[in-house]
Amino acid sequence: MVVVSRKPVHSVLYLIFCFFTIGGHYILLNAQFLFAVHIIVYAGAIMVLFLFALMFINMNQEAEPHKSTLLKVAAVISGGLLLLVLVSVTKGAESVSLITSGNEEAVGTVKNLGKALYGQYLLPFELTSVLLLAAMVGAVMLGKKQIS
Amino acid sequence: MNSMLQYVPVEYYLILATALFCIGVMGVLFRRNAIIIFMCIELMLNAVNLLLTMFSTLHHDAGGQVMVFFIMAVAAAEVAVGLAILVMIYNNIKSVDINELSKLKW
Repeated sequence: MVVVSRKPVHSVLYLIFCFFTIGGHYILLNAQFLFAVHIIVYAGAIMVLFLFALMFINMNQEAEPHKSTLLKVAAVISGGLLLLVLVSVTKGAESVSLITSGNEEAVGTVKNLGKALYGQYLLPFELTSVLLLAAMVGAVMLGKKQIS
Repeated sequence: MNSMLQYVPVEYYLILATALFCIGVMGVLFRRNAIIIFMCIELMLNAVNLLLTMFSTLHHDAGGQVMVFFIMAVAAAEVAVGLAILVMIYNNIKSVDINELSKLKW
């Protein structure tokens, strides 16, 4: 639906639906903190950014001339072949049975994840903050250049 | 706590993430609107995130979920900068069709 819908706004709305579905999978996998972050970051921030850019560009009309049928068929065939190859690779792998009895504490809670994030992964965490700062500065600079 | 992995086999999650990733690849291949191509890249990142979370829950290791957190941060940064570039391109050539952006090609 994200791929085939004509209007970009519809595509964004389908993508939000897809993100909520993936958030449901996070809940089912006992990753509550990731669920919260996912909903806030993806469905909140990134999708609002996409919608804002779409409104700013004002391309709600179906201005997109579609590619030729040959190219579409080629894209679908190559995507399907990639799917086939990846699925067959994962079929060949033997499945591990690491699932314990279930009385172990879940790793997805805020407590455990915070311990890992600020203990073992402190340096990547700080580097991520530097990256976000650099991205923010870059976006502001790109936005300012078109005004002047 | 019980997780879903006791009821659903791992292979189903693998197939789901692979299908999501391939849908993203197909979208990148056959759409011409640059914003939709960005959205398909988000779809692929989400497939990888889902797989990382699944394996992190399977192995009872918090490292995978920390990686998902970092991937989300990188995706947010990428989208911010990419959309700024797209808006600037639109202001210059009044289009976000990627076939018009072929000046870097030769």
